[in-house]
Amino acid sequence: MHTTGVTSPLAGWWKPAHRSEKIWATVAFVWCMVLFAMMPFWHLKGGQNPSGTRARVEPEAFRARVTEFVEEYRVGEASGIPIVAPPPGSDIYLMGQMWLWYPVLRLQQDAEYTLHLSSVDVNHGFNLYPFNVNFQVVPGYDYALSITPTEAGDFRVVCNEFCGVGHHAMLGRIIVDPPGTQVGSAVPEAAVPGGES
Amino acid sequence: MSPVASGSADATASTSPASSLFRTCPSTGLSVHRSADALIKANAVVATVALLIGGIAAILVLLTRWQAVHLLDAVWFYRVLTIHGMNMLIFFILFFEMAVLYFASAVLLNCRVAAPRLGWVGFALMVVGAGMVEWMMISGRADVLFTSYVPLRADPPFYLGVILFAVGALVVVGIFFATLVVARRERTYEGSVPLVTFGALTAAIIAVITLVHGAAIYIPTYLWSLGLMDVDPQIYRLVWWGLGHSSQQINVAAMVSIWYLLGALSVGAVVVNEKISRTAFVLYIAFISMASAHHLLVDPGFGPTWKVVNTSYFMYMAVMASMLHGFTVPAGVEMGMRLRGFTQGIFGWLRRAPWGDPGFSALVLSVVVFGFVGGITGVTFGTEQINIIAHNTLRIPGHFHATVVSGTAMAFMGITYYVIPLIFRKRVAFYGLARWQPYVFSIGMLIFSMAMTFAGSFGVPRRHWDITFPDAPFELAYSPAVDLVIGVMAIGGLIGAVGGGMYILITVTSVFFGKPLGQDFSEAALEGSVPPGVYTRPFLELPTEDVELEEHGRLGQMPGTMILVSIFMAAFVVYYFVNWKLLSFVWKVG
Ligand code: HEM
Ligand SMILES: [Cu+2]
Ligand SMILES: [Cu+2]
Repeated sequence: MHTTGVTSPLAGWWKPAHRSEKIWATVAFVWCMVLFAMMPFWHLKGGQNPSGTRARVEPEAFRARVTEFVEEYRVGEASGIPIVAPPPGSDIYLMGQMWLWYPVLRLQQDAEYTLHLSSVDVNHGFNLYPFNVNFQVVPGYDYALSITPTEAGDFRVVCNEFCGVGHHAMLGRIIVDPPGTQVGSAVPEAAVPGGES
Repeated sequence: MSPVASGSADATASTSPASSLFRTCPSTGLSVHRSADALIKANAVVATVALLIGGIAAILVLLTRWQAVHLLDAVWFYRVLTIHGMNMLIFFILFFEMAVLYFASAVLLNCRVAAPRLGWVGFALMVVGAGMVEWMMISGRADVLFTSYVPLRADPPFYLGVILFAVGALVVVGIFFATLVVARRERTYEGSVPLVTFGALTAAIIAVITLVHGAAIYIPTYLWSLGLMDVDPQIYRLVWWGLGHSSQQINVAAMVSIWYLLGALSVGAVVVNEKISRTAFVLYIAFISMASAHHLLVDPGFGPTWKVVNTSYFMYMAVMASMLHGFTVPAGVEMGMRLRGFTQGIFGWLRRAPWGDPGFSALVLSVVVFGFVGGITGVTFGTEQINIIAHNTLRIPGHFHATVVSGTAMAFMGITYYVIPLIFRKRVAFYGLARWQPYVFSIGMLIFSMAMTFAGSFGVPRRHWDITFPDAPFELAYSPAVDLVIGVMAIGGLIGAVGGGMYILITVTSVFFGKPLGQDFSEAALEGSVPPGVYTRPFLELPTEDVELEEHGRLGQMPGTMILVSIFMAAFVVYYFVNWKLLSFVWKVG
């Protein structure tokens, strides 16, 4: 007698699977192995990995590093937030706090930087507009990611982790100059974010 | 003639103890313990209240995210979003699951509830705990969303309420285990427990794992809110998702059990192979504990090895389990229908299926949307690197409204249409409306979640009051396509809300004002007022095994299912690799 989901099967229900079940189980298993293999593969061959180097940092120590960084490379100001133009290859900092991304970063296209993300109060979310690159920003942790902007433009950093009632106003900015631009030249104040300009 | 034998229920009915504590169900012949009846009713009613509160909150949140309306102010948006998440994901789902546990143990095993008084204690704890949480949320003392990530802080009674609620749930889970033991000892059934009970058992075991994580995080957080200890924000996220993720696995296990249940009740679906289905349930238990990792893929606290190991080894075996159920559930329906004589062609069984039975349509819609939208997006976004282009965008709520809403909630709604006659012993009010309800809800939520996922792929954040950024220091204008997609999302969500409203109208009217069923379970007496499975009772007619089904070449004996899962597989592969391609376009990061 066949069983349904509500019948108590009598002894002897440990039977060989149906042929089509075996086929499907094999397909599913192989596919799950592909899903698995893609991750190490991308670490070896792909350009986008969330690895970084990760360290604990006291919020006040992180704030001090950011302040020092801003003083060293400050080149201007936008909407009251300092604009900082660090040299290619350097360590750069972006601090999340209620409800501000600090400072505005000015980078060179195709140069590599080590971006340190952390928060000095609650969790925040780093979302790079319009590229849709996302990282969790957690207080007490320094997430150091090596990044290479592959396109020039005027980008935005949206906060996409709820961080209190001002969450929606938390919008930062990253400006990427084409290769070879002189640091210190004028910043397009009202450029359209992510525009092709 | 269809090769079926009937009457297996008589055997079980005769072994059950006859006493005034039991009533005999006229449809199934099962004897139902009266306190199981009452506990199921109480939990189901509270679940519906939570659904109503969560549903009203859903509409308010939706009409705010729809920038063209932008209904609530910022404070109330986040407050109502907290109310929506808690009521839907925690209260509605868990109260309903408590009812499922009583049903799968006491009712299906013909047994008494091991400790009915304690059952009421558990219920009371859950109600009091939920009440405290509601009070904190509405009075604006817990604007922290349902995840309450430390160091966002709610007032202490919020955490205490969650703890009481969880303790109550743990009590009910304990009673479920005890009832299984009682049933075995009192020999209320022969052989092994039915598959549906087995599935509920896995859900209950995962519930214990979940509630242990819950205690491990909410008790320290409660103490933290009182100023008595520190809680690290990253550890919080790790342990909280140990709770948050495994609780989704409870939902999946409960939903799959209900799939098997609905298949049996509506069309007499058979279990193609007990071994495969049960092994797949066991995989859920064995491989889920660390899958909380896929919520932490772009977090700073963990290295790549930890992330890869925990998403692959641990998660993919659970994915495999879901893929197995995704095959065996439709295959069981197909085989059951073929054995009952619907052997025409490849899809004859589907064409002749009872599409007007809200239990059956809910089953099909739940399987399809859960698999095609929820499953595929979930596995894809849960890949370590692809998570970079999904984390905290609208892609995430888009994904889980296709799993826990279009999948789990839809299955729960479908089974309600059988619970009303079989447990509440009422006719289904507005039955004509009930036949449409699964379609309205599911199609609405399908449009909603697909549009939401699509909006998320433009980077639109989740949990965000105003994506036009009027108060921000800089300007940001999303592409006009986003407005359009959000508009579609809003319309889909409103259709879904209408479907939810229909469900509440039907169930509340049936339960409180419905016409009693009476003792006559014939088609003539009941047609048009309950799902047909209640009077045709296909689950009592078990096909014999000596009938060989026709082989359809390489597609085998269940050709329809084979074709459906092949389409699924193709969609999965395409979506998965398209996302790798999208990822390769963004800035280099490592
Ligand atoms: C008609 C039905 C529903 C509609 C229209 C709806 C709509 C929404 C909307 C618009 C959001 C906000 C997304 C955001 O801004 O991040 C949301 C979030 C959410 N919904 Fe629903 N929803 C519905 C049903 C459900 C159900 C039945 C459940 C659970 C069983 C559920 C669980 C959630 C959860 C957990 C969140 C996330 C809350 C958060 O991010 O804190 N929803 N829903
Ligand atoms: Cu923020
Ligand atoms: Cu924020």
